[in-house]
Amino acid sequence: MTYLLLFWEFFKTGLFAIGGWLSTLPFLFDMSSKTGWFTTQELANMIAVSESTPGPIGINMSTYVGYKVGGLAGAFCSTFGLVFPSLIVIGIVYYLLKKFAQEPVVKLTFSNLRAMVIGLIGFAFYELAYTVFLPFSTVSIISILFFVLCLFVNLKVKKLHPLYFILAGALFGLVLPL
Amino acid sequence: MKDKKTGLFSLFFSFFKIGLFTFGGGMAMLPMLEKECVDKHSWASKEELLDIYAIGQCTPGIIAINTATYIGLQKRGILGSVFSTLGMVTPSFVIIILLSTVLRHFSDNIYVIKAFHGIRVAVCALILGSLLKLSKSAIVNSEKLIIALCALALQIVLGLSPVWIVIMVIIYSLIVFFTDKKRVAK
Repeated sequence: MTYLLLFWEFFKTGLFAIGGWLSTLPFLFDMSSKTGWFTTQELANMIAVSESTPGPIGINMSTYVGYKVGGLAGAFCSTFGLVFPSLIVIGIVYYLLKKFAQEPVVKLTFSNLRAMVIGLIGFAFYELAYTVFLPFSTVSIISILFFVLCLFVNLKVKKLHPLYFILAGALFGLVLPL
Repeated sequence: MKDKKTGLFSLFFSFFKIGLFTFGGGMAMLPMLEKECVDKHSWASKEELLDIYAIGQCTPGIIAINTATYIGLQKRGILGSVFSTLGMVTPSFVIIILLSTVLRHFSDNIYVIKAFHGIRVAVCALILGSLLKLSKSAIVNSEKLIIALCALALQIVLGLSPVWIVIMVIIYSLIVFFTDKKRVAK
């Protein structure tokens, strides 16, 4: 029964995760009080952990809760629940788009949406840079230098895979006197 | 000429890598997606990647899964979407379960904190790099530049959710399209 509930609760969460995982937070808080699977303090911890481990934060969260509540099977149920809405909705969107992609109005709209996404990426950069580099300190100045170096290499050495930057970043962080 | 089918394990493995090296939110995934799906395997063009991101912003489900599902679907249908989504999910799954016994102390560990600061700096550079590379395909005239800047400004100044911005762009596009048609029809 718990397995079904895990699936259902995370299915709802996934269904309303529009525009980023942050929009799932109200649902997660609600889940906490309704099911008692985790306290709000534990939720805060899970968020911190999910932000620090590889992979999409939503998947980290669902796996963590599911495993805590019902072991491996629980983790499968919760994660599958979270993923399921995507599979259905994207399936529908994909086939709709295939049908209408060549319509001039659709093409125009998407060309504008692409420009919008650039703005969204810009905002993501702005937010991340804000938390990483501010307030200014010796550490953040050194970090900015490392940032500029990474950016330069990223743009000039096109063949270099992002994962090497991630590894370099980790090493840089460890070496840094925080 | 027979087109070489995209391998299911190729999909799985690529999205596994993407999931493994995504630290932080959906945008942090973008540089990895660009490298694997656009540069390496040509599963999508830069434009298509931006399209998928636009769709992912306003559809239910987390953007990482939406993106994986879409690309998998495009290359190998339903089976492809299963493999790509599984690939994306597996690193998280394995790491969280393996770490769950030590997780309570994981985010407090000083080495983890230090390493993650460094990773976030690198991700900053990667995101800006992707922005610059992708904007060449998207910002093709001054109108698009204004759209991008407006989207940025609306988020910074008003804190608008991307969903609203998508709606505004759609309305704007419809207005432009239908007023233009009227002029042409005259």
